[in-house]
Amino acid sequence: MKTKHEGKQRSVSVAQDPKLLRRLLRAKDRMDAASHEAWPVKRLAQVSGVSQAHFARSFKSAFGVPPHRYLLTRRLERAKALLRDTDTPVTEIAFQTGWNSLGTFGRTFRDVLGASPSELRAQERAVPHDLERAPACFVNAAQRPDLMIAVSEKRRQDPSPMNGAEATEVP
Amino acid sequence: MSQGVGVVGLYVRDQDEAVEFYVEKLEFRVHTDVRNGDYRWLTVQHPEQPSFQLGLFRPQAPTLDAATAQTVQEIVAKGAMPPLVLVVNDCRAAYERLSARGVEFTQEPVDRYGAVDASFRDPSGNGWKMIEARPDAR
Repeated sequence: MKTKHEGKQRSVSVAQDPKLLRRLLRAKDRMDAASHEAWPVKRLAQVSGVSQAHFARSFKSAFGVPPHRYLLTRRLERAKALLRDTDTPVTEIAFQTGWNSLGTFGRTFRDVLGASPSELRAQERAVPHDLERAPACFVNAAQRPDLMIAVSEKRRQDPSPMNGAEATEVP
Repeated sequence: MSQGVGVVGLYVRDQDEAVEFYVEKLEFRVHTDVRNGDYRWLTVQHPEQPSFQLGLFRPQAPTLDAATAQTVQEIVAKGAMPPLVLVVNDCRAAYERLSARGVEFTQEPVDRYGAVDASFRDPSGNGWKMIEARPDAR
């Protein structure tokens, strides 16, 4: 496959060099493997072997969401699974999944998923699950929050916005 | 076995690279490798599964037009192809062996509900889940 300079956007469509995409996928994989860790753009760009200036735009173009929003959905997905499958206290789950503040965790969780962590735990336990036959990772991925807009935007659209400090999307 | 699924194909970006990965690193064997001009029909096989072939195909003309081939390459490189599952007897041992050979693991072995699983990708971006067969299912 003969390709042009990696990262260079073609004029007609959003076609990206498969080799660049494969390296961006590596950054996505690394966030998947350790979503509780801090992933500043510098670190992600290094994994992908691209400049920091190009990374966020290339990632969004490839995967449809900015890298930090992607990370946020992974953290929420993991928190949701822990709420459902374990008896770990909510505070503990917040810190295990990478939040530095319980308040930010609770607010973001509620803004994106429409229920507080403890409400969601109660809901999940009230309905029987028939997903044991599918590998856990695929089941979790299927239940990942589909966050196509920024959390702040989602919050603005909410008719009953929460009070309090604006949660930042960058963990 | 006389009926059933015989070949399932993966799209790969480079067939030489793919055969090196699946044979040298993953311990598959080449089943068929024939060429017709630019086209190469390449299938590999798990040593314990003689009735099934895994095809390693390049998205290319004349099967696909150039623009579609490019799109498929992008989809594969983004890891957007459907999940693949490799069943092994001992996931941790396989992880040690394969990662020593340079297989790119995306998840280390994890014990989930009594079964151990790990994840890796081939050079093209196809994602594999490596799952330890449950003792009662063997």
